[in-house]
Amino acid sequence: MEHYNMNLTLKVWRQKNSQDKGRFETYQVKNISSEMSFLEMFDVLNEELIREGKEPIAFDHDCREGICGMCSMYINGRPHGPWHANTTCQLHMRAYKDGDTIVVEPWRANAFPVVKDLVVDRSSFDRIVQSGGYISVNTGNAVDANAMPIEKDKADAAFAAAACIGCGACVAACKNSSAMLFLSAKVSHLALLPQGAPERKSRVLNMVAQMDREGFGACTNTGACEAVCPKEISITNIARLNLEYIGSGLVTE
Amino acid sequence: MQWSEFFTSSVGKKFVMGLTGLFLISFLVIHVGINSCIFADLFDPSENGEMFNKGAHFMGSTVVIRILEVGLFAGLILHIVQGYLLEARNRSARSVGYAVSMGNKGSKWYSRSMGLLGTLLLLFLVVHIAHFWVKARITHTLAPVTYNGVEMHDMFSEMKAVFSQGWVIPVYVLGCISLAYHLAHGFQSAFRSVGVHNNKYNKLLIGLGYAFSIIVSLLFALMPVSMYFGWVG
Repeated sequence: MEHYNMNLTLKVWRQKNSQDKGRFETYQVKNISSEMSFLEMFDVLNEELIREGKEPIAFDHDCREGICGMCSMYINGRPHGPWHANTTCQLHMRAYKDGDTIVVEPWRANAFPVVKDLVVDRSSFDRIVQSGGYISVNTGNAVDANAMPIEKDKADAAFAAAACIGCGACVAACKNSSAMLFLSAKVSHLALLPQGAPERKSRVLNMVAQMDREGFGACTNTGACEAVCPKEISITNIARLNLEYIGSGLVTE
Repeated sequence: MQWSEFFTSSVGKKFVMGLTGLFLISFLVIHVGINSCIFADLFDPSENGEMFNKGAHFMGSTVVIRILEVGLFAGLILHIVQGYLLEARNRSARSVGYAVSMGNKGSKWYSRSMGLLGTLLLLFLVVHIAHFWVKARITHTLAPVTYNGVEMHDMFSEMKAVFSQGWVIPVYVLGCISLAYHLAHGFQSAFRSVGVHNNKYNKLLIGLGYAFSIIVSLLFALMPVSMYFGWVG
């Protein structure tokens, strides 16, 4: 792919802290290489802001390999930008051309309060996982791999659900700020495996209760979450979660 | 888990929306089936709504169906109230909105507009129930007609009278369009909300949902249109 440089206009959400009302600031960035990642473009802008004695833009990032789930920018009306099955850190500037204007906002949901600029607090996801997204086993020697046979289809479906990196793009994309795609991935990957069976009922009930307490909305099956998920978690998991919840909720005393 | 906990959770509420939605869909099958009997007039003009009137009489005079009718109104009210409560809760989950909306990137407009479409349907239902149900079941202000010695309401003549008014036609057609889009999402979404997660069936249900929403709404819309233009009756 041919290399080129571009000048861009960025409209970035700036907010000092969770109490601040926040506003958009416009920045001109020059000579951005098409081979840079989107976050490297922000690094360039931040270095410039620091040189000018201004406050750099705060944004979340960690691995920059698309696997940690930290980066979280809502770019031109789409979480993680325009590419399919992609994280912000893996979005490259060749997605843009000279003269483009890019609007960058933080995830918007009351359950994800803005900490600063583009950084949001996603500890509500951690509390959902803590409420049941685990199996209680004492650690010890590794069990023989063939001790517990698992159907290939189920193992594959569980693995596909376990690919969720908890980035929160599903919540950001959902008109209801629903965390159901995230939750359904966490519930499905354990519900499909024999290791998850002992806590199967209490897990789904506790995790849904925690999700509701955190203030996420309900799922209306629009499919926006699935469309933006960097790990292509299927919305089918949500229907599975519904059945897990209904089956557990109606029979548990 | 207590019943109250189950039915007040987000998933429990959607379970109720799905079940009541499917119940209302089953009602639509009966409603469109019996009302389509007016089209018998196209094949035999001397029929003059006899088949339809007999069907309507059966629905109004059978005890089991009258009891189901109470259930229908209960289901409808539950679906409406629960729908508004969910809409309010879902809207309150995001106090600060986006400057650039995601729009149709990833979801259909009608799947995001179920509250609006439902409200249009509710407004339509007020007009529709005042036109027919109130006259047939409450005030009994319909002309009688007798078939084989059995006297019954002449619903067919009432339909012709109502659908001879010009303003009624766009209201009913708009109601049917709202119904089509509400069902286009609601049909398949209801099954997901009650837990159907087998992709083989989900694909089938999506196709079936589109077919159902188009066929049912088109048949309903053809009733006022064909009577206004005199194709029927």
